[in-house]
Parts: sequence; structure tokens; C-alpha cells
Amino acid sequence: MQTAEKHIRKYTGKRYRLEKPELLAPAGNLEKLKFAVHYGADAVYIGGQKYGLRSGADNFSLEEMREGVEFAKKYGAKVFVATNIYAHNEDLAGIEAYLRDLHSVGIAAIIAADPIIVDTARRLVPELEVHLSTQQSTVNWQAVKFWKDEGLPRVVLGRETSLEEIEEIKQHVDVEIEAFIHGAMCSSYSGRCVLSNHFTDRDSNRGGCCQSCRWKYDLFEDARPVETWISEEEAKESSVLRQFQLGVNQLPLFNEGDNAFTMGSKDLCMIEHIPDLIDAGVDSFKIEGRMKSIHYVATVVNVYRQAIDSYMAEPDNYVLKPEWLEEIQKAANRPVNTGFFYDIPDHEDHIYEPEEKAMPYDFAGLVMDYDHATGIAVIQQRNHFKPGHEIEFFGPNGTFFKQTVGKIWDEEGNELDAARHPLQRIKMKVDHPVSYFDMMRKKK
Amino acid sequence: MGNKPELLVPAGSLAELQAYLDCGADAFLIGEDKFGMRLPGNFTPAEIAEAVRIAHERGAKIYVCINILMSNELLKDLPDYVKQLGAAGVDGVQFGDPSVLQTVKELAPELKLHWNAEMTSTNYMTANYWGSKGASRVVLARELNMDEITEMQPHLQIESEVQVHGMTNIYHSKRSLVRSYMAHQGRVIGENESVGMERGLFLIEAERQDEKFPIYEDRNGTHIMSSDDICILEDLHMLLGAGVNSLKIETLFKPISYNETVIRVYRQAIDTYFADPEAYEFEDAWIEKIRVVQDPERELSFGFFYKEQVY
Repeated sequence: MQTAEKHIRKYTGKRYRLEKPELLAPAGNLEKLKFAVHYGADAVYIGGQKYGLRSGADNFSLEEMREGVEFAKKYGAKVFVATNIYAHNEDLAGIEAYLRDLHSVGIAAIIAADPIIVDTARRLVPELEVHLSTQQSTVNWQAVKFWKDEGLPRVVLGRETSLEEIEEIKQHVDVEIEAFIHGAMCSSYSGRCVLSNHFTDRDSNRGGCCQSCRWKYDLFEDARPVETWISEEEAKESSVLRQFQLGVNQLPLFNEGDNAFTMGSKDLCMIEHIPDLIDAGVDSFKIEGRMKSIHYVATVVNVYRQAIDSYMAEPDNYVLKPEWLEEIQKAANRPVNTGFFYDIPDHEDHIYEPEEKAMPYDFAGLVMDYDHATGIAVIQQRNHFKPGHEIEFFGPNGTFFKQTVGKIWDEEGNELDAARHPLQRIKMKVDHPVSYFDMMRKKK
Repeated sequence: MGNKPELLVPAGSLAELQAYLDCGADAFLIGEDKFGMRLPGNFTPAEIAEAVRIAHERGAKIYVCINILMSNELLKDLPDYVKQLGAAGVDGVQFGDPSVLQTVKELAPELKLHWNAEMTSTNYMTANYWGSKGASRVVLARELNMDEITEMQPHLQIESEVQVHGMTNIYHSKRSLVRSYMAHQGRVIGENESVGMERGLFLIEAERQDEKFPIYEDRNGTHIMSSDDICILEDLHMLLGAGVNSLKIETLFKPISYNETVIRVYRQAIDTYFADPEAYEFEDAWIEKIRVVQDPERELSFGFFYKEQVY
């Protein structure tokens, strides 16, 4: 749904972060945190052992949080913790201690949805920033102002908000606005879906979501006139009702061979619209995906970092680089769209076809060392590769080249026919200089 | 033992309201789809004023549903609407969005504020938080179980409302999912073709062939509803004993005659209990009356009252 008008309009929302909007990345574990920060995130958000919405993720212990905060600090980056469940009575007891712990290990902010977690944090640890989670589905300026007046410096808007609405919100309220710019999306208003509870008894608002919205459904029309089962006469004679066997009066609204109905949304990708987001006044650009791979985090962060820096440096000479789009595609496992930023999503924005779940690329190796004199790199194996494979190296700030794997050796100098062992240190000649933490990927 | 709770039902028209009043309902939830979601019909402000007159004559209450997630655009119309409700003498407003709370406090402070955030009103401390902001009632999430509901009653500083019967909303999107699907199929959607509540659309999931989930679209997006109807009648005394202040019967998607039966039965159970709580006994005949009119394709269930949920 790319239309020309999208780009004609010049947005003029006031940013709170005037220097540069923040790039906020997901970090499912300590290693992913390090990649996110090294590849250019200004802040990362993680989950702790409690109160987060990704019960399936690794999630951080307090010790790991402390280490993550220390690592991030070296880059001037911050660590936020998602405490975005809707609490039940039984969850209430530990909140105070947990919030104190988060503050004590140097967490900069929590991302909270339940007002009691918001309120408790404000009263108990006022130094800990509270950001209102997207789970609150905040989509208007007056609600944003309410939360600002409650002491919140930042609101993560509902994904249903358009750029025009963001601009209006920024005109009314002097508060930081965070918006999702990339990744998977709930198709419902966040927090307003209990499909998972109904289908599998897993509470979506406490991290148990089983993604029922991406299942396949058949759509029918009930052909029974309502009166046939409700009229007073028939009501008195209940046996009349029993003749309505399931299936007799349901008309399918699909033909043989049609794709099934689904609520599953395409993923969000705003790389082509960075200037609009910045001009509309978005203060923090959030990437979704605490469950996603290191390769995804590094690749996506790397691209948005470059786009944001490029626009902020010279807005008038900004050019969308084709290689950014190519890079982003390498970390995509679903078709993408622009969410609600320009229009309400329509039939082109949902995934009715069978899904291709696999990422097109593997993270094959991590650069540990490089010898300028010999051009030999030490690579930590992250996936199978062998001589003859076409590979790509990439690193922060747009470092990128392709080459073919030549001879490879183990650290003792024995030549290998393939790199088979996870985390094994492999030596190989590279065509251009590489740096510690550059990544090597190969096409599947 | 608590005080006798009100029996609350949504009404879609003045005629429905009158009918349900005659069956023993003593509070009504009404409104219009511009500001309220999943209502059985629209009331104009004039009709709301008339509803107030009819209800107050009989000692019943009128609450207006403003449970929409407000947009910037709709905020412009909210103050006038709230002022009209105040002038009409409405008893209270159901809200989920903080903007509604603020507008009501400012423009019609005499209206009671009932906090209804659907699936997300799940604990007593958050309810009390909204109480501190001016709410006088929490509408509890339908995904809570009986222990959670009864245990929180002594901790609540505001009134509580619990749905005891009927369908629940399980998914709400701003997207037009039915129309999108039809467009994807290449189906031409007629000018007057409805994908609203009256169309009777439902979804079936491959592994749950005997469960029909109603789905419809309106100006607020797409709504998917539960495949079963809650019926807590058999254990109603537990809610009555715990002191829940308002019992709601959801009337959505049901014919008036069905709702009349259900309201009468719950009325009878509540009155029997309060006549002599010690001697109260549930009667099978009550639930049998509901079974007779129950759509055979929709199970009467305990909802989440006795379900273990994991996460």
C-alpha cells in the first residue's frame, strides 16, 4: 500500500529527545544484549524472572542484569526491564522487592502496563523511570497526558496510532513517545486478546500467549433464523431445538482451495519511513523481538542505526540506501508492512498464505580476532560452514562484504573440511579487514 | 453476607429495557457504538434521557458505556456527550480509557465512574488505584476465577461487578478482519452487505469443530466472542456471600425472550438467597429453564471460574 501521498506530507511533531531519537532493541538474553548494544542500540529492553510477558524467553537473573548494565554502560547505553503483565492478586506480593532489586542493579527504566506496578514504582523507587507499556493501548493525547501527570516520562503508544495522531499527541503533551517500528505485531489491541486463554488456558496477559491469532480458521455464516430456536412456542418444547445438529445450518464463506481465515498480521517494517517518524516527533524507535535470534537483532539494529544517524546528520540530503532494505530482508521471516502509521491495515496486510517460517540466513560465525599482517581471522563457529560456501561479513556502521570460504584451520593449524563444532575457533583468510564482534552469515 | 447486589443487563432499545425491567433487572448498561463497544443497540441522547426517566421511576439505575479506546478525533466529541449524560440524570459511566475518567470528573462529577478495562482488570490493588482516581466500581475481568474474585472482595475499596451469565469478548482489533478476508478471496462485498452482529458470522478452528466463535465488525473494528455462555447460577451464592455489588447478565447476541428467561431466573435466585441466606438452596429447576432456551450449539459453562490458567 505504498502511495505517493505518504511522502508528500511533512510531519512536524516536537521531539523531546532533540539530539537524536533513541534506538531501542530487544535482548532476550545477555549475549543478545551485547550484540544489540555493540551494533548500535541506545537502549535495550529485557525480561526478568518475573512480571514480564515472555515466559518462553531465557529472561535475566539479577546477576545477568547487573552484567548487562555494566556492558551497556561502556557504550553509553541503557537497560530497561519489561514488567508488563496485568497482575493477578497472587502476583502482587513480590512487586516492591522486585522493583527495588531492578533499581539496585542499575536498570534505567521499567516498561509497565498494570497501573499498580506503575504506581508502586513511582512511590517506592522514584529514581527508576516508568514507561507505560504498549499493552495499555494508549492511542490519544488525553490518555497520554494522564500518564505524564502520573509521573511517567515516556509512553509507548498502542500500535494502532497513526503518524498524524502521534504528531497531534506531541503537540498536546510534552512527553517522550516510544513507537514500535519493526517486528511482529499483535493484530488485536494489545492486552485486549484472550484467545490464548480460551484455546489453551494460557494467560496471554501474563506471558502465556500461544499466538492463536496466527492459527487458521474457517469462516461461516449461521443460516438459522434466530426465531427458529428462540420463539416462546419452541422454547417450551425443547426437543425442537435438538434437531439443529451442528453443521446443518452453517454456510461456509470459503470455497474449496481458498486460504483459511486468520487474524495473523504481517510484520512491521518502517525502514523506508525514518524521516517521517523522526519528523512526527517519535523519541524512541522500538524494535520487537525478545525471542528472536542474535542475527536478527544485530542485523536490524545495524540498519536502523545507520538510517537514523544518516537522517539526523543531514536531513536535507538523506537518501534511503538500497542495501539497508536488502539487509533488513535477510533478517525477515514474514512479509512486512507499515502497520497503522499511514492507513488501517487491509487485506494486503495479513498473512493468509501458508507461512514460510525460516529465516533465509544463518549466523555462521563470529569474528573473535583479526591479524592485519596475514589477513587471517579467528572465527567462533555458530553454525555449520565449509570451504566453498558463499558467506557475508557484516559489522556495525555498515561494514559489509561477501566472499567464498577458502581453506579453514583449527587453532592448532590442522586443516578442516568443515566447521562442525559449535563455538569452535576456526581460522580463515578474509578478503577485507574485520573486527572483533563482526558477524559472518550464510544463506540457507 | 453482603448487601443485595444489583442485577445489571445491557439493553439495546427502550423496549428491551422495559421488558428486562419487568423481569427484575434493576440496572442497565446502554449507550451508542460511537463511544461504547459491544452493545446490543444504540441509544440517542434523547433516548438515554427517556431510559433514565423509565428506570428511575422504578428505582433502577442507568449506566452509560463509554468503554471505547478513544482517538484524538473522538476526544473532540466527548465533552458534549458527557455533559448530555449529566443533564439526562444518568447514574454512572463505564470507562476504560483515562481520558473518559478525566472528562467525566471535570464536566459531570455527579456521575459515578465504573472502571471497565475488560481483560485487564485483574487485581484489587489496581482497582483501588482507579478508586483513588475517582472510580467507584471495578468491572472484574471474566478471566478471573472464583477464588480470585471472592478473596479480593474484602480488599476492595470500591464496588465490584462480575459477569455471571452470557457471552464474553475474547479479541478486539481495530482492523477490519472479515472484510479483509473477503477481499483477499476476491469476493465483492455488496453495498449493503453486512458483516455486523446481525449477519451471524462465526469462526471454527480446525481442532475445535464443536466450538463456534461469533465474529463481527463495526465502526470500532473486529470483535470475536466466546463459543460458550457463562452460567454461574449454580454457584451464585458464592458471589452473593462474598459481597459482589453488581451481577451482570450479558444480553448480547441473544433474543429478548432468552434474556427475559435468564433475568427472571437470576432474579429469583438472588431474591431467594436474600430472603434467607442460611436456608438457601440452588434449585435445578432454575437452570432447567435456561437450558430449554439455550442455543444447543453453545455450551453453558463456568467460564474461567474454575479453570486453572498457566503462563
